[in-house]
Amino acid sequence: MIIDSNKIQKVIDDSPQDKKQLIMILQNIQLEFHYLPKESIGLVSEYLGMPQSTVYSAATFYKSFSLVPRGENIIKVCKGTACHIKGADLIIDQLYAGIGIKPGQTTKDMKYTIEVVNCVGACAMAPVMIVNDKYFGEVKCNRATKLVKKG
Amino acid sequence: MKIDSIAKLDKWRKEIQTKQKAIKTKILICLGPGCLAGGSDKILKEFQTILKKKKIKDVLVESVKKTGCHGFCARGPMVIIEPLGIFYSKVKKVHVKDIIEKTLQKGEIIEKLLYKDPDTDKIYKEWRKIPFYARQQKIALRNVGQIDPDEITDYIVNGGYSALAKILKGMKPDEVIDQVSKSGLRGRGGAGFSTGRKWVTCAKAEENPHYVLCNGDEGDPGAFMDRCIMEGDPHTVLEGMIICAYAVGSQEGYIYVREEYPLAVVNLQKAIDDARKFGLLGDNILGTDLCFDLKISKGGGAFVCGESSALMRSVAGEIGEPRAKYVRSVLKGLHDKPTVLNNVETFANIPVIIEKGADWFAAIGTKKSTGTKAFSLAGKIKNTGLIEVPMGIKLKEIIYDIGGGINDNRKFKAVQTGGPSGGCLPADKLDLEVDFDTLADNGSMMGSGGMVVMDDRTCMVDVSRYFLNFLVEESCGKCVPCREGLFQLHKLNEKICEGKGTEDELKLMENLSKTIISGSLCGLGQSGPNPFLSTIMYFRDEYEAHVKKQECPGGVCKKLITYKINDDCNGCMACLSVCAASAITGKKKEQHTIDEVKCDRCGACYAVCNINAIDII
Ligand SMILES: Cc1cc2nc3c(=O)[nH]c(=O)nc-3n(C[C@H](O)[C@H](O)[C@H](O)COP(=O)(O)O)c2cc1C
Ligand code: SF4
Ligand code: FES
Repeated sequence: MIIDSNKIQKVIDDSPQDKKQLIMILQNIQLEFHYLPKESIGLVSEYLGMPQSTVYSAATFYKSFSLVPRGENIIKVCKGTACHIKGADLIIDQLYAGIGIKPGQTTKDMKYTIEVVNCVGACAMAPVMIVNDKYFGEVKCNRATKLVKKG
Repeated sequence: MKIDSIAKLDKWRKEIQTKQKAIKTKILICLGPGCLAGGSDKILKEFQTILKKKKIKDVLVESVKKTGCHGFCARGPMVIIEPLGIFYSKVKKVHVKDIIEKTLQKGEIIEKLLYKDPDTDKIYKEWRKIPFYARQQKIALRNVGQIDPDEITDYIVNGGYSALAKILKGMKPDEVIDQVSKSGLRGRGGAGFSTGRKWVTCAKAEENPHYVLCNGDEGDPGAFMDRCIMEGDPHTVLEGMIICAYAVGSQEGYIYVREEYPLAVVNLQKAIDDARKFGLLGDNILGTDLCFDLKISKGGGAFVCGESSALMRSVAGEIGEPRAKYVRSVLKGLHDKPTVLNNVETFANIPVIIEKGADWFAAIGTKKSTGTKAFSLAGKIKNTGLIEVPMGIKLKEIIYDIGGGINDNRKFKAVQTGGPSGGCLPADKLDLEVDFDTLADNGSMMGSGGMVVMDDRTCMVDVSRYFLNFLVEESCGKCVPCREGLFQLHKLNEKICEGKGTEDELKLMENLSKTIISGSLCGLGQSGPNPFLSTIMYFRDEYEAHVKKQECPGGVCKKLITYKINDDCNGCMACLSVCAASAITGKKKEQHTIDEVKCDRCGACYAVCNINAIDII
């Protein structure tokens, strides 16, 4: 995937030039491109006048940042305590059988990415799966793939 | 309109009261996380669409209100009709027309939507009478599920910002702190530190400026109380923080919200904007000398950022690594300045304490743990949801009287409290009173309030492995005992789950735990071994079954179990179609069989079989 650095620069320029806002700037870039393109590390470091290593360490410390491109549809499977004991692993297994990827992976056609999250605060409905911000509660494992494809 | 005096606030409140009196009937629709997943947003729209076209006495389009989590998530989506308190549960969009035509127009009750107690078969018309609600007492959650979080007027009409008015009218900062201290309020974020003591220390600190922070990171998996407060009643958090700012002399504050809670961010931001617009935040609040403003800071998905010093670094745009606290963060906090950090629920209690007085609050709960506590009930329990109960209530009462007991009436095995820093308590501890000290004395902890209930189909060795895995991922890596120790502990735990552990290794794990606890800098490492220590303390027999007999009594650990189809199988093909390993064979309407060699023990067949025709051996 090729991303125009000018576009990244634009997002950066729209953010305050303040070292304290490092994480917010990275969040803004990720919001736009769904991940942090490689160039963004250098661009942010120049903009804020801090070493690339500092930007890189923040980008790798926080789980919400991804350094690799993510698919069009993000599937989040909750593996919080409540979801774990109510069979979150089964959902992951069934999704693997259904669309052929494991958590952390993206399908070749860039359509789906599966991510594991630790509790999304809907534990009462465990096990929970989120497809592009739509919550599915009490997910039956044999329906997981269908729910994903329906979106 | 700026509300630039206390008199104006009172006048405004009266005006709203008069206006809202015109709306006699209220239809509350819960948009909490659970009900939303069940499609309550569609129900809300349907009500609005139909009511726009219909004329019904006492019912207006404004009668329909969206609210935060009403609590009884297991019965969602729910619709509540006030003032009668009619409680319709498991509502679907198709029911809306019926509710309007029968209940709203003719006053008829639709029985099939009412709650029926599965044990007694008793049908309840009014939500307050349902056992799930009847045992509760709501302070921090008083408005959650009752008001529209987007409407500042809803908050104000229910007495919102009157605690703020009260202190500005005639209480000195130290009198405010005195009330908070006397109330006995202890931090609801986990450690249970005295809130009043924290505020006093900050107020007396000479360095300036002072900051007020709210911890909305809620990283404990299995907990969602803070989410529901931030989403369902954001103004109470704001009011609590403004009162704190007045008490400790601060002009700037932040609410740190985890990024998994986008709706909380939206609702809080709306509340902040509204409060600013009406002069309840910003310069010269309510026309007084008090100046205080707030910003939201979004987390980046790191559990350790809930820890005080890590959170402060994260707010400052740095990496959220905890620091050594030779000087406490209340003296050297955000930007190294004096800082009060409190949990969401802690702040939510403050307005009520100021309003009703310290003595009133201190009379609730136990002597050393005053007030109430919000819990999220999840796991294998019938009535999952959000509750608030007086401290000192017995675990048994929460799990059986409020929670309705275990799913499918199976056997209770353990309840996990305190998240990854807490522990699991077994059946013979169900008589324990829930307060900070009793839980800690028994190898668990109050934590932030997540309660995950486990039944006999849960493996405690697997639960310990689960938490250790979580902590290995979340350790920031600064301290060797935490980073490497938890990693090794997890590895040894995993070996046990595979039936390869030895008794010597169990001893090794206990020793290693001691090292991790004493050699770690922050709470994550210091309490990291707790899930292991509490499970081995109460469920040693399960560890021994894994180690000595290579058996998993809970039927969870994949390497130690096999699945077999029994004679009850009616050949419905459900398991066959779900088996990803193609290990199941059999014709329609004939008994199926599982090929033990091909089977990878995922358990999907077991999960889909509706007639218990699959045994775990
Ligand atoms: C690893 C770790 C994670 C924590 N996570 C949270 C959290 O998510 N929410 C919270 O309120 N407190 C959390 N705490 C506790 C905070 O450090 C702090 O004690 C608390 O926010 C203080 O507020 P309180 O006195 O009102 O409870 C955590 C502590 C540790 C060590
Ligand atoms: S105890 Fe663990 S999480 Fe805490 S500072 Fe040390 S390494 Fe980081
Ligand atoms: S454990 Fe999955 S939503 Fe909380």
